[in-house]
Amino acid sequence: MKSVCFYFQVHQPYRVKRYRVFDIGNDNEYFNDRSESSLNNRRIVEKVAQKSYIPATKLLIELLKRHPEMRVSFSFSGVALEQFEHYTPEVIDLFKKLIATGRVEVLGETYYHSLAFFYSRPEFERQVAKHRDTIRRLFGVWPRVFRNTELSYRNDLGEWVDKNGYLGVLTEGWDPILGWKSPNYVYRPKGTQNARLLLKNYRLSDDVAFRFSSRDWSEWPLSAEKFAHWLGIAEGDVVNLFMDYETFGEHQWEDTGIFHFLEKLPEVLAQNPGIDFKTPSEVIGTYDARDEVDMPHTVTWADTDRDLTAWTGNPMQRSALDAIYALEDKVLLANDLKLLEDWRRLQTSDHFYYMCTKWFSDGDVHAYFSPYESPYDAHIAYMNALQDLKLRLDKRSRTP
Amino acid sequence: MLKFLWGCALLYTSVMKLKILMFGWEFPPHNSGGLGVACQGLTRAMAARGLEIVFVMPKKLDVGAPWARFVFADQGNVSVRAVNSPLKPYITGFSYTNALTRVGIYGRDLFAEVMRYAQLGGSIAEEESFDIIYAHDWLSFGAGMEAKKATGKPLIVHVHATEFDRCGGPMGVNPDVYAVERAGMEAADRVIAVSQFTKDVIVKYYGIPASKIYVVHNGVDDTTLPRGGAAGRLRLASLKASGYSVVLFLGRITLQKGPDYFLKTARAVLARNPKVIFLLSGSGDMERQMMDMAASFGISDRVLFTGFLTGQDRNEVYSAADLFIMPSVSEPFGITALEAMKFGTPTLVSKQSGAAEAVKNALKTDFWDVDEMTNQILSVIAHKGLRDTLSENGKHEAARFTWDDAAQKVENVLQGIV
Repeated sequence: MKSVCFYFQVHQPYRVKRYRVFDIGNDNEYFNDRSESSLNNRRIVEKVAQKSYIPATKLLIELLKRHPEMRVSFSFSGVALEQFEHYTPEVIDLFKKLIATGRVEVLGETYYHSLAFFYSRPEFERQVAKHRDTIRRLFGVWPRVFRNTELSYRNDLGEWVDKNGYLGVLTEGWDPILGWKSPNYVYRPKGTQNARLLLKNYRLSDDVAFRFSSRDWSEWPLSAEKFAHWLGIAEGDVVNLFMDYETFGEHQWEDTGIFHFLEKLPEVLAQNPGIDFKTPSEVIGTYDARDEVDMPHTVTWADTDRDLTAWTGNPMQRSALDAIYALEDKVLLANDLKLLEDWRRLQTSDHFYYMCTKWFSDGDVHAYFSPYESPYDAHIAYMNALQDLKLRLDKRSRTP
Repeated sequence: MLKFLWGCALLYTSVMKLKILMFGWEFPPHNSGGLGVACQGLTRAMAARGLEIVFVMPKKLDVGAPWARFVFADQGNVSVRAVNSPLKPYITGFSYTNALTRVGIYGRDLFAEVMRYAQLGGSIAEEESFDIIYAHDWLSFGAGMEAKKATGKPLIVHVHATEFDRCGGPMGVNPDVYAVERAGMEAADRVIAVSQFTKDVIVKYYGIPASKIYVVHNGVDDTTLPRGGAAGRLRLASLKASGYSVVLFLGRITLQKGPDYFLKTARAVLARNPKVIFLLSGSGDMERQMMDMAASFGISDRVLFTGFLTGQDRNEVYSAADLFIMPSVSEPFGITALEAMKFGTPTLVSKQSGAAEAVKNALKTDFWDVDEMTNQILSVIAHKGLRDTLSENGKHEAARFTWDDAAQKVENVLQGIV
């Protein structure tokens, strides 16, 4: 038997508005853009909900009804769920309904979709705890498998996951690191006993997430039958298909046929008795670990480098990260909930991604995912907001 | 044997290099702006590609002769002919008449002189042998047209700026200048524009079909950068050592370049951060007015006027500056932006410039948006990470703009019409 393991990531950051020097000391709201621009968080969430979250989730609910053997898993960032609660409660209701089927696993992550693991372990743990509480409150389940922001991973995260009682952790199955190892097996993180490592099959995942509508691709158009065939001939115990949930309807628009593909896939797979669906926990419970995987350096699922350089590659990204985490002690001591919340929202990884200049000159994927005119504009707005946060902190610490 | 000869002839035609009669402008250090730099960069790179060039330029000669032939040791395939004329880039009717000292040889006003220069251009064309005529900007379009009339050879005009740029928009455009520009572009077989920005102006205001306009961005390389390191004569290092940041404007102090927006921004920046020095480097018809403006803003002690700089002094201001600003109201390209980036100096350009379309690793604002410019300047001064990223990436990006690239694009256009 071979299993197909779907995991969909749901995330929306609080984008910082065009916050200028003149706003420092005068305006405490960093995320409330009300313009027609793509910095307007409400507008973006409403748009993506209409195009993706609502139709995709309705379809999944229907598919789970039609196919009793079907399983999927999700990870939701806390900041995304918060925005759905405020702007598009229908999305929350649909997710509740979906998860209530009992056949959808919800994974653990940081509430703020942050890189805190690499900058402050205590803050990371607080954000994971806050996320866990939110998942319990909304969906009544307890995450048992973990995924860190952007599937970032290295050995010490494996150890942390192991020590904290998770069954396992997800990351990228990048072959320059895996060497001869196939991502289609379960592994053990280096230095752990109980935890397991699940690796994204990036070729098959990206066939859907990135290449599905690409007419330059020799396999276009991708039918459910063809894809099911590829899954069928893949060697190993499990094919991990990890992707952004926005793939359905937002990255790949409805007119590409992506919803039809999703609808058709379980039906076609059902015809192959050698394949079933499993959630990450079920995969870990079913298949033995084949080997230990050693990843001393950080791996992510981003771009062709598969490392953190899309967030930390240039001096302005590094200085912004250093600046936000340098405030930790002061923020915690300030005992001001709004301040703490703003500080944490500013940790969301997207802010640093928007400042990426790696392939800026060539114009590519980063430009598509950034709501700012340039990485420099992103940095300027961010640093100005941070400057205001510092002023608020100084005020707090002066008043007893 | 016959077959062999035929083969040789074919080979000869395929490697035969074009010979160009080029009407251009004096090279640095005798230039007064980007046009001379562009002429030098492009001519050298075209010559290096094997194109033969007879370079004709106006030059005030000490003798009464109508022209002289110069030999430049380092110019290779370029022979230079100077036509005795006081024409200079950026000249205006007023400044021409003012500078006119010797009546008799030269035209009595600018247009008479442009006509005279055009006719001399026609007679030079009859003496020289060449395949293509090439003219840089409107003051030489007349000469290019005369040369075409005399020989029937194809004409290329290279537009580095239009009257709309010099006037900062359609207001105040000189109809005589406009007429010469338009006639030159209409007579030309191909028009080369220094940017898409300029191409759009040419299509919109001159009615030239887009299909005959080719965009060739300028370059910047060591051949046209000032040489000899930074002299330190301006003592900017000591200012910086005492904690001042330096923001630089470098260009003609004239309406087109937006020096008034530079000063308005300076006032706004200084209201929030007094440890900034604003350098206005260049000369021009608004210099006096800008000094008065700085005084009326009460910021004279933070605004330094350096005058027109060349060589090492120019290097010093580029490398000392924490930020270079080009707030042009209408800038066909803006080579200075590339120069600054090449020095690793963070750069801010107005969106109304060719440079804004050409480079990514520079800050960009509308020239009139004093608030946004202030926001960006204060950010650059406050955040080292931003400065370092702009510097590193800008330097890297500017290195990709070479005159050889520009010359190759020009050569492709030339090959297309012979």
